[in-house]
Amino acid sequence: MSTMTINLKIWRQKNTEAKGEFQVYKLNDVNEHMSFLEMLDVLNENLIKEGKDPVEFDYDCREGICGSCNLVVNGRAHGPKRLTAVCQLHMRTYSDGDTIVIEPPRAAAFPVIKDLVVDRSAFDRIIEAGGYVSVKTGAAPEANLIPVQEEVANQAFDYATCIGCGACVAACPNSSASLFTASKLAHLNRLPQGKPEREKRTVAMVQQMEAEGFGDCSNYAECEAVCPVGISISSIAEMRKNYLKAIF
Amino acid sequence: MKLDPKVPSGPLETKWSNYLRDVKLVSPNNKRKHKIIVVGTGLAGASAAASLAELGYNVQTFCITDSARRAHSIAAQGGINAAKNYQNDGDSVWRLFYDTIKGGDYRSRESNVYRLAENSNQIIDQAVAQGVPFGRDYGGLLDNRSFGGAQVSRTFYSRGQTGQQLLLGAYQAMMRMVHAGKIESYVRHEMLDLVVIDGKARGIITRDLVDGSINKWEADAVILCTGGYGNVFYLSTNAKNSNVTAAWRCHKRGAAFANPCFVQIHPTCIPVSGDYQSKLTLMSESLRNDGRVWVPRDPEDSRPPNEIPEEDRYYYLEERYPSFGNLVPRDVASRNAKLVTDDGMGVGDSGLAVYLDFRDAIKRDGKDAIKAKYGNLFDMYENITDDNPYEVPMRIFPAVHYTMGGLWVDYNLMSNIPGLFVAGEANFSDHGANRLGASALMQGLSDGYFIIPYTVGDYIAGEELPKVSKDHEAFDEAAKDSQEQLDKLLNVKGDKTVIEFHRELGKIMWDKVGISRSKEGLEQAIEEIRSLREEFWQNVRVPGDANYYNKYLEFAARVADYFELAELMALDALDRDESCGCHLRDEFQTEEGEAIRNDEKYAYVSAWEFLDVNGKLETKLHKEDLNFEFVELKQRSYK
Ligand SMILES: Cc1cc2nc3c(=O)[nH]c(=O)nc-3n(C[C@H](O)[C@H](O)[C@H](O)COP(=O)(O)OP(=O)(O)OC[C@H]3O[C@@H](n4cnc5c(N)ncnc54)[C@H](O)[C@@H]3O)c2cc1C
Ligand code: FES
Repeated sequence: MSTMTINLKIWRQKNTEAKGEFQVYKLNDVNEHMSFLEMLDVLNENLIKEGKDPVEFDYDCREGICGSCNLVVNGRAHGPKRLTAVCQLHMRTYSDGDTIVIEPPRAAAFPVIKDLVVDRSAFDRIIEAGGYVSVKTGAAPEANLIPVQEEVANQAFDYATCIGCGACVAACPNSSASLFTASKLAHLNRLPQGKPEREKRTVAMVQQMEAEGFGDCSNYAECEAVCPVGISISSIAEMRKNYLKAIF
Repeated sequence: MKLDPKVPSGPLETKWSNYLRDVKLVSPNNKRKHKIIVVGTGLAGASAAASLAELGYNVQTFCITDSARRAHSIAAQGGINAAKNYQNDGDSVWRLFYDTIKGGDYRSRESNVYRLAENSNQIIDQAVAQGVPFGRDYGGLLDNRSFGGAQVSRTFYSRGQTGQQLLLGAYQAMMRMVHAGKIESYVRHEMLDLVVIDGKARGIITRDLVDGSINKWEADAVILCTGGYGNVFYLSTNAKNSNVTAAWRCHKRGAAFANPCFVQIHPTCIPVSGDYQSKLTLMSESLRNDGRVWVPRDPEDSRPPNEIPEEDRYYYLEERYPSFGNLVPRDVASRNAKLVTDDGMGVGDSGLAVYLDFRDAIKRDGKDAIKAKYGNLFDMYENITDDNPYEVPMRIFPAVHYTMGGLWVDYNLMSNIPGLFVAGEANFSDHGANRLGASALMQGLSDGYFIIPYTVGDYIAGEELPKVSKDHEAFDEAAKDSQEQLDKLLNVKGDKTVIEFHRELGKIMWDKVGISRSKEGLEQAIEEIRSLREEFWQNVRVPGDANYYNKYLEFAARVADYFELAELMALDALDRDESCGCHLRDEFQTEEGEAIRNDEKYAYVSAWEFLDVNGKLETKLHKEDLNFEFVELKQRSYK
């Protein structure tokens, strides 16, 4: 088992108002099988022992599914590995002596809370605006009453798999939340259960996205490139089409 | 303490419908006047909150993560059971009930489990209507897979992300009610205490995890949906923020804690790779549908797995349990993995692993078919271990996964503190001594969508609930307690980190309160837990301050509670002089290592009352006898 020395340059910021800055740390004995976040755990253990404030960062599942983690690593959301959330990244990706720069996802709509932790509640408000099927508990018909073509169900799943991490926003030069919003629309709008509310949902979510201060989409496709679950930008085209249809 | 399970009388099949016939209702105008707190937004909490808000109650939700959608339920992989019998393979509500109660080794209430099975079909209907993209067949109808402990195919799934899809469905239903102004959702808020006034639960205390402020919230009822306590072992498949704090603080305010020693150890997880390990990753049990579990017969055999011929492979589950084979329940599979590794047949660097091999399934069905079923799980495995499971067998080992124990509740899912309801993994109710796969999602949603909305209404309609003010001394006292505990933790200023203590506690628990337990080991564990707890309060180092975002302070408070819970778990395991489900006492097993249950003496729910902690945990055991009127207690056999 090989170990390495890793140089870290990490964004530190006391709170939302404070001016942040990078700080440099050196970490020895990094094991190649460690996950990226476990490497940061080790750094924090060292900092605590030295009487310093540990680096705050968000995580929960550490399995790439909850969408809590959202670090920008060497300028790339979730780091270098395609289709991999940063909690699923392992140190074997790096070599002895490497320098790794770690920042929070930066966007006006994601204010920093502390260090690498940001406020992503804007995403909740976009869902709140219309990201659901309006069915009350108890009002559902028998599940097999409405067959859904296997292919449609599969496509819906491919969009529904979005973990809401915000990497798409971090990667976009315009800080657009189009991929996040469009994936929910593409999931619900194509299912028979979601069709009755398609237009209303599309308009409400798109307008909320704009109200939150996210930028427009200019087709850079950076979002798709960093998405840890591979949501396709064809959802954005679909969203635009549906939106235009709905408002005219 | 009085524990009345309040099970309705009459035949099993009509208990719940009779209950619904007689349930007290709150008129629509009055619902508006009542406030209900839901703590936790996993499957249980999100579904309960949405359903109560739809009925017209004013709901406030709280969770630790930065969005309700990120609750631990999101990680559930394999699926959710329902008795739809779409496969026409002989499934029924009765059979789902029977499998679940048998799987739990006859340590759960018949009435609750039957109701769970009855509700199962509605859950699937509800989820489909919300747009949950379940797996479907060519005809566009819902597909099923098989799970351990059942001989029918009744598990509905969304690839390997069933929990995510079900949770997003419930979360979206909840957000619809936020939009409607019926739910106020508070994220990054941790509940630190329950406020009890005139013997009833009337509110909670939380810490705002962003600015550190301690806040008071009053309500007519509190519904605790805060998940399980598997993280007491430090390493588990639970999310890092999963904890016992909310449930434990309720316990300290008088709520009985039931069956704390019943912990499920999942057989198919990725083995530990080093001491920096922060959590363990589950490989869904659905893999056992097609994967075959084996170890080399000869402990000295060091050949790579693919070079070991058939006759030198020990397919121990298939040999020992011919009728269930690789699909035996989890406790049986985990225990057998421990037995073969104890006998030196384990594989991998540590010797603490067994093979899960897809070679034959790939030969039979083709790589594409296997990929379609398990693609994301295989990718996850490869990503973590750097091994390709299409080519070499996976290495797996058991890991702590789920806690059947939890706060004691009656048939209404109400604890012994009136007005405190407990749903989902946080209660003890439906899984007895062992939970079958794909039944936790079912239980969380049954509780939240289809039980809580009625039983909470019944409580509110039948109780005098005078207005309470946040200025009441009970609020002040609880808020003060919470603040003082945090200050105390910060002021220790010792040398050892919270994680170091937690890891040590976890090791005691895994070694002595884990897959198998003995009287001697448990007694040692209790001593060790006590002395480590004492050291914790004298030597823990918590960085920073309480008035800003401080993850390690959150952890410290949770670990403090684990130290108390851990002792109770060991005590409970010590009390139960039998082996049942996941609880294996070395002294109570046959020569082949099969569990020996003792129905005469131990067919009860152990419900612990908290008396005090002053270095020593003072507790009192109460017993709820389990009466089996409808099923015959049999020795479980999966042979
Ligand atoms: C990896 C994995 C795979 C699984 N796969 C399956 C499966 O295939 N099928 C199946 O049936 N089951 C499965 N399970 C089990 C199942 O996922 C859980 O038992 C279930 O989701 C628990 O749901 P819950 O709503 O009770 O709690 P959780 O989802 O754990 O939610 C707890 C909530 O409470 C909040 N909370 C906790 N403490 C506090 C506090 N003090 N203050 C405020 N909020 C708090 C949390 O933030 C969270 O919102 C799996 C479990 C794991 C770990
Ligand atoms: S921590 Fe959950 S996705 Fe990374």
